[in-house]
Amino acid sequence: MIQESVKEKPPESEKQPLLQVKNLKQYYPIKKGILSRTVGNVKAVDGVSFDIFPGETLGLVGESGCGKSTTGRAIVRLENPTEGEIIFEGKNLADFSNVEMRNIRTDLQIIFQDPYSSLNPRKRIGDLLSEPLLFHKLVKPSEVKKKVADILEIVGLPSAYSNRYPHEFSGGQRQRIGIARALILNPKLIVCDEPVSALDVSIQAQVLNLLKDLQKEFNLTFLFIGHGLGAVKYISDRIAVMYLGNIVEIGKTEEIFKNSKHPYTRALLSAYPIPNPHLRNKEKIVIQGDIPSPSNPPSGCKFHTRCPFVQSKCKEEVPLLLGSNHSVACHYPLN
Amino acid sequence: MSSPNLNLDKHNQVISSNLLIQADVLGQEESYMKVIVTRFLKHKLAVVGLVTFILIVLMALFAPIIAPHDPYEIGYEFEAKPSMEHPLGTDQIGRDVLSRLIYASRISLAVGIGAVTIYVIIGTILGAIAGYMGKWADMIIMRITDVFMSFPFLMVILVLVSVMGPNLFNIILVLGFLGWPPVARLVRGSVLSLKEMDYIKAGVALGYTAPRILVHHILPNALAPILVNATFGIAFAIITEASLSFLGMGVQPPTASWGNMLTEAQSLTVLAQQPWLWIPPGLFIILAVISINFMGDGLRDAVDPKSFK
Amino acid sequence: MFQYIIRRIAIAIPVLFGVTIFNFLIINLAPGNPVDMFINPNMSEADINARKEALGLNDPLWEQYASWMGNLLQGDFGYSFSTYEPVLNNIADRIGPTILLMGSALIIAYLIAIPIGILSATKQYSFTDYFATTFSFFGISIPNFFLGLGAIYIFAILLPIFPTGGMNTLGSSGGILDTLRHLILPAFVLGTAIAGSMVRYVRSSMLEVLGQDYLRTARAKGLHEFVVNNKHALRNALIPIITIIGLEIPLLIGGAVITEQIFQWPGLGQLTIQSIGSRDYPTLMALNFLAAITVLFSNLFTDIMYSVVDPRIKYN
Repeated sequence: MIQESVKEKPPESEKQPLLQVKNLKQYYPIKKGILSRTVGNVKAVDGVSFDIFPGETLGLVGESGCGKSTTGRAIVRLENPTEGEIIFEGKNLADFSNVEMRNIRTDLQIIFQDPYSSLNPRKRIGDLLSEPLLFHKLVKPSEVKKKVADILEIVGLPSAYSNRYPHEFSGGQRQRIGIARALILNPKLIVCDEPVSALDVSIQAQVLNLLKDLQKEFNLTFLFIGHGLGAVKYISDRIAVMYLGNIVEIGKTEEIFKNSKHPYTRALLSAYPIPNPHLRNKEKIVIQGDIPSPSNPPSGCKFHTRCPFVQSKCKEEVPLLLGSNHSVACHYPLN
Repeated sequence: MSSPNLNLDKHNQVISSNLLIQADVLGQEESYMKVIVTRFLKHKLAVVGLVTFILIVLMALFAPIIAPHDPYEIGYEFEAKPSMEHPLGTDQIGRDVLSRLIYASRISLAVGIGAVTIYVIIGTILGAIAGYMGKWADMIIMRITDVFMSFPFLMVILVLVSVMGPNLFNIILVLGFLGWPPVARLVRGSVLSLKEMDYIKAGVALGYTAPRILVHHILPNALAPILVNATFGIAFAIITEASLSFLGMGVQPPTASWGNMLTEAQSLTVLAQQPWLWIPPGLFIILAVISINFMGDGLRDAVDPKSFK
Repeated sequence: MFQYIIRRIAIAIPVLFGVTIFNFLIINLAPGNPVDMFINPNMSEADINARKEALGLNDPLWEQYASWMGNLLQGDFGYSFSTYEPVLNNIADRIGPTILLMGSALIIAYLIAIPIGILSATKQYSFTDYFATTFSFFGISIPNFFLGLGAIYIFAILLPIFPTGGMNTLGSSGGILDTLRHLILPAFVLGTAIAGSMVRYVRSSMLEVLGQDYLRTARAKGLHEFVVNNKHALRNALIPIITIIGLEIPLLIGGAVITEQIFQWPGLGQLTIQSIGSRDYPTLMALNFLAAITVLFSNLFTDIMYSVVDPRIKYN
């Protein structure tokens, strides 16, 4: 295997990435004592790097608490990153002031997980969708109504719904409104923070299809954060697997599913049911124990406490994310 | 995996929208306000309170029409017992007690509404800043709140009003500038929990400015507890004004206030021999205060999120 | 938890400091100064100035504050403008009756509020509950002074059972029984006023306990309802009930001012009204400071008691 640094150009070398995340860290201080001294950090995101190219969907998966949502929220600066760069179209968002950030937010949107808490209960759908347009002065006030009607049509809701309040809608419909809200500013990148996890299985496919169609129609780029491998596999071109604040493996979707190299990815896949018995992975990996605390992560490879193939090197040395198309952070990658 | 056709998806939507349209026909489209009004109206004592309060407001508004005499006119018999001409008699210097009682409602309402308006505005602004900005702003505002809340309310008001000069305007100001700490704490708490909601985060992601998020997105959702607090606050302000005026540190004669109409009853002769002078204003204070408190209680139940389905 | 208590006390110190500044400012920045009281048309400008100088009123404000604070730390509250005696002496004379009145009022309030609150919680939504709620609303809504006047009118004038005011019968040698006879009316007036808001605390505190699983377990075990309510529930509800003393203190102080005034009870409340009348600023400052300290410490006490009693409280 050719070992290359991840920083070397990926195969899509002709294309410039839309978003480059470099060594992103998001720590939350733990305060204790009389004077509220900081005695440690919860390392929610601990040095994450990846690129997203225009028009693609990068899936980000991992157990709850692995830092995938925090990564997504840090990228749209709902968190202030502790360290690292978020380079969007050549500009580092991590250094942006609030005012600079405000101007670029039209290009950068987010869809939330819970459609019940992501819509302001006191606002009609029409107001919810026209406010961003009016605030950023993107269209003339006289055209706002039409634009709102259009966007509702696009996400598959009748324009007459604009007079209603969020509580009059089902979860799936609310999520469509959430998508419309993210879409109305005509963004380039949308962070989808587990957009289907809170929905019924029957609705999930509808929303995923909507996202796929919208991506084609408007040439959108997605960072799709997911819990369930099914949804992520369905929508993503590439997948990054996170464990305890780090990316452990990243590669094309088929690569990850057919030829995963990291024991943790294998374990995740083993837990994912495959309908066709011929395609089932023969060597199932079942991991034991709970995810360690991100405030006091294990030394060396963070996965070593639960890895069935653990060796002494794993406890001491931190593995780097290596490989060009398909990178893996493991001292002893599987084959 | 083949993707299901989007048309199918739209078909589903049509079905569900039909269902919703039906629901509309059945009159189930309820806004938040409607729900609250309906629930408030189910609270019997609250409705009684509301009606009483409206009557008191009408009495204050139409005092010149309702009152049988001029409340300042000194031209009748002194200390007259109740009669047809003076249903509640006359006071020590011969003014019609009933007319003064009616006019005094204006003072109570002015103090209640004026003071509460001032302190709700101050408390909301400070609480919102403390909750939204956090860090040192929160620290400073909350410590100031602690200082204000450390003084026993009536005590410090007495002192302040007496040094500023006891009159209606100063009472409103003092009550307004001292009453804000509980509102500030309340608003701070709501803002702290609301700002973590995804719909507020969505506002941040949409690039809205902090003042816009606070005013247009957070505060409308924090309004209910403020409103409840303000209702009880009006009652409390009315009682406080009456107490101050009773002690001679409030509204000064000849202006009539329910509180200062009772001042004379500190003398045992008035207390023992002219109950018509002091019992009616006392009852009016109780009526006003309790009707507002019942309203507040009904409102509290009506907006309580725990009892929403 | 020890850390929490230390931190809670550490936070109280700047607040205490703020209290002294605020207290100083409200009295000193106000228009009208105490010398106005002594001025008569015959006094010359020089005389007025000499008077001001003697009282330290010509110094810059911060110096006045510093000297007041310095003296305060040594327990010196200055001299009364009206009696020319040390403020501390005046307060010492009056504090006994006030403590007696407040203490008895608090006991009466508990004696009224605890049974009513418990009954109302155990029989939620019953007639008793409605009665209790209405009682508490009247308790909150009736102004203290009207209740006091009503009590005098009924129990001292129409039915002359109790004296109309004072602490001892004039000309008599006093004695405990005489004082007690004078105490009953004001203590009841102040007590019922506080009982009104207390009933609500007791009720909600009891309701919270009654909803706990361990009470359902106790019932499921087949324990008698009386045992469940009074042994299992009450014990747990009583702790928060007792700690609410802290919340009632400000109300108690405010109520005492009015009650003492109506019943001519020779305590700190009456002294407050008299000091306001005579613009006796040193006395007022001392009284206000004393009241604030009491509130501050009772809040501190409440918070600490809560943390001792309820280990679930988060310390931040």
